[in-house]
Amino acid sequence: MKQFLIFIKKEFAHVLRDRRTLLILFGLPVVQILVFGFALSNEVKNSRVVICDYANDESSHKLISKIEASQYFDVEKITMTYNQIEKSFKEGKIKAAIVFPVNFDNDLQHLHKAQVQIISDASDPNTGNTINNYLSTIITDYQVQLIENIKVPLRISTEIRMLYNPQLKAAHNFVPGVMALVLMLVCVMMTSISIVREKEMGTMEVLLVSPYRPILVILSKAIPYLLLSLLNVASILLLSVYVLELPIIGSVWLLFLESTLFIITSLCLGLLISTRAKTQQEAMLFSMMGMLLPTLIFSGFMFPVENFPWVLRMISNLVPARWYYIIVKTVMVKGLGFSSIWKETLVLVAMTFFLLVVSLKNFKKRLA
Amino acid sequence: MEEQAIKVEKLTKRFGDFTAVDEISFEVTKGEIFGFLGANGAGKTTAMRMLCGLSIPTSGNASVVGFDVYEQTENIKRNIGYMSQRFSLYEDLTVIENIKFFGGIYGLRNKQIKEKSDSLIERLGLQNETKKLVGALPLGWKQKLAFSVALIHEPQIIFLDEPTGGVDPVTRRQFWEMIYEISEKGITVFVTTHYMDEAEYCSRVTIMVDGRIEALDSPRKLKERFNVSSMDEVFYLLARGAKKAVI
Repeated sequence: MKQFLIFIKKEFAHVLRDRRTLLILFGLPVVQILVFGFALSNEVKNSRVVICDYANDESSHKLISKIEASQYFDVEKITMTYNQIEKSFKEGKIKAAIVFPVNFDNDLQHLHKAQVQIISDASDPNTGNTINNYLSTIITDYQVQLIENIKVPLRISTEIRMLYNPQLKAAHNFVPGVMALVLMLVCVMMTSISIVREKEMGTMEVLLVSPYRPILVILSKAIPYLLLSLLNVASILLLSVYVLELPIIGSVWLLFLESTLFIITSLCLGLLISTRAKTQQEAMLFSMMGMLLPTLIFSGFMFPVENFPWVLRMISNLVPARWYYIIVKTVMVKGLGFSSIWKETLVLVAMTFFLLVVSLKNFKKRLA
Repeated sequence: MEEQAIKVEKLTKRFGDFTAVDEISFEVTKGEIFGFLGANGAGKTTAMRMLCGLSIPTSGNASVVGFDVYEQTENIKRNIGYMSQRFSLYEDLTVIENIKFFGGIYGLRNKQIKEKSDSLIERLGLQNETKKLVGALPLGWKQKLAFSVALIHEPQIIFLDEPTGGVDPVTRRQFWEMIYEISEKGITVFVTTHYMDEAEYCSRVTIMVDGRIEALDSPRKLKERFNVSSMDEVFYLLARGAKKAVI
C-alpha cells in the first residue's frame, strides 16, 4: 500500500511539473467552454438586414421598429429600391432583406392579409434558416398584437414551443459534447503518453524488474488521471452553470457516476494505445486520430447522427463518446434519471470490460 | 549461502520458429564480474530478461540467487538490481525524489531510505544537487546516480545492460571503479557490453553467437586459446561465423 501511494505521488509530480500537461488539463476545458459558448454558438445574433419599404406606412413602420428592437438583427438601412438589396447581398454585407409591398397597411386593414417578403442568404443554410425563423417569429408576434387591437375574432396563430430548450440555447448541445471531448483527450492521450514515456525513457524496464507488480504500475498510472478528470468534470459543470447559465436539471451525483464510468472507459483505451505505441508521438497521433476525431464527428454533438448514412451510423455506435454524450444530455438537460439511461450505461460498461481485457492481454504479451 | 549466484542449464527461449536463446548453460560465482558479450541480435538481452524474471523460458533450468526463474520471479526481483544504458531515472524528478521513489518501490522503510540516501549523496558528492532535477545533471553524474539507485535495496546481483553506452572514457573508467568496488563487497555483477576493452576488466566472459554460447572463460585464457592479443580479436573471430547476427 505504501508503495502504491509513493507511486501515485510520483505520477502527480510528473503532471504538476510539466507545464504543457497542466495547460492541456486545465486550460483546455476552459477554452473549449468559452469558445463553444460564445464564439461558435448556433444562435445568430446581430445579423445585418436591409429593409426595402415600398409601403412606407404605419404598419410597416411598426414592424420595422420591432425588428430593429430585436437583439438578433441590426437594420443596416431602409431603402426604397430593390437594386440596393441585391448590391448589399453581393457585397456580403447583409444576411437578409425584408421587402414590404406597396399598400401593406391597406391590405392588412381591409383584406386582413398582407404579404412580406423575406430574402435570406442561404449560402450557409443553417444560418439562413435560423434567420428566417427569427423573422417569421417577429412578424407573427406583430400579427398577434394587431389582432388584439382590432378585435378581429378569428385568426390562425401558431404556437411554437421548444421542448427542453425554450430559448434555443446552443449550450445545451455542446456542454455534454465538450465534456466527452475533454475527458477523451485527457484520459486517452495523457495516460497513453505517460505510459509510453516510461517505456521510452527506460524507466518502465526498471519498474518491471522491481518487485512492484505490473498491474499496480497500470493502476497507479490510472488513478491520478481519474482524479484529475473528475476535477475537470467539476470545472466544466461549474463553468456551464455560472458562466453559460445552463443549469443541471438532473442529479449531479448520477452525472458524476456516469462520468467516472466514461473516464474508466477512456483510461482503458489509453492503456490499449500505450501497449501498441512505441513512442510518445505515436501515442499522441493514435489518440488524436483514433479518438479525438471520431469523438468530434460521431458523438453527435457537432453533426446529428440521425442524418448519417447507415454505415456511418453503425460506426458511430462504436464510439464510446456517443453513448456518454446521450447520457449527459439526458441527465443534465432533460433531468431524467437512471431508468432512462441504463441501456447507454450498459453499452459503456460492456465497452470498458472489453477494452480492459484486450489491453491487459496485450500488456502481458509485451512483457513475455 | 550458496556459492553460485546464477546457475543456468540448457536455457532456451523460442519466439515461434525463431530460437533466440539456444540451450545455453553456465554458472556465475558469487562476487564475480561476469561479462556477457555478443553482437546485436545474438540473444544477450533475451537471456538477461529471463534471468531477471521478466520473461519465462521455453525450456531448460535456471536459478538466480537460489530462486527458480519459472516459479520464484518475485523473489528474484527482490534480490537483483538492474540498470541499462538509458540510466532509468526520472528526469523531471529531483535527485532526492528519485532515490525516495525507487527506495519506496522496493519496500524500504522511511528510516532506511533516509540512511541510504544520506550515505549515497555523500559518497557521490551530490550534497548541493539534491533538489536539482535529474535532467539537469551531467551525464556522468546521472549514470553514477542510476548505478547507486539500482543498488539501494542491497541486491545480491546487479544486472548492467550496456551501462556505459555513450559515456566519455573518463566517466567509463570511473564507472568501472565503482563496479570493482561493489564486486569486492561480494555483489555479483552481470554486465553486457560492446566495448571490448571493458571485457578485459571482467573476471570471466561469455561470447554469444546466434543464441548459443561460443566461448566462456577468463579474458586471458580466451586470448591464449585463440592465440590473439586482444579481446577485440577474439570477439571478431567468433562473431564472424554468425548467421543471424549483424556485426
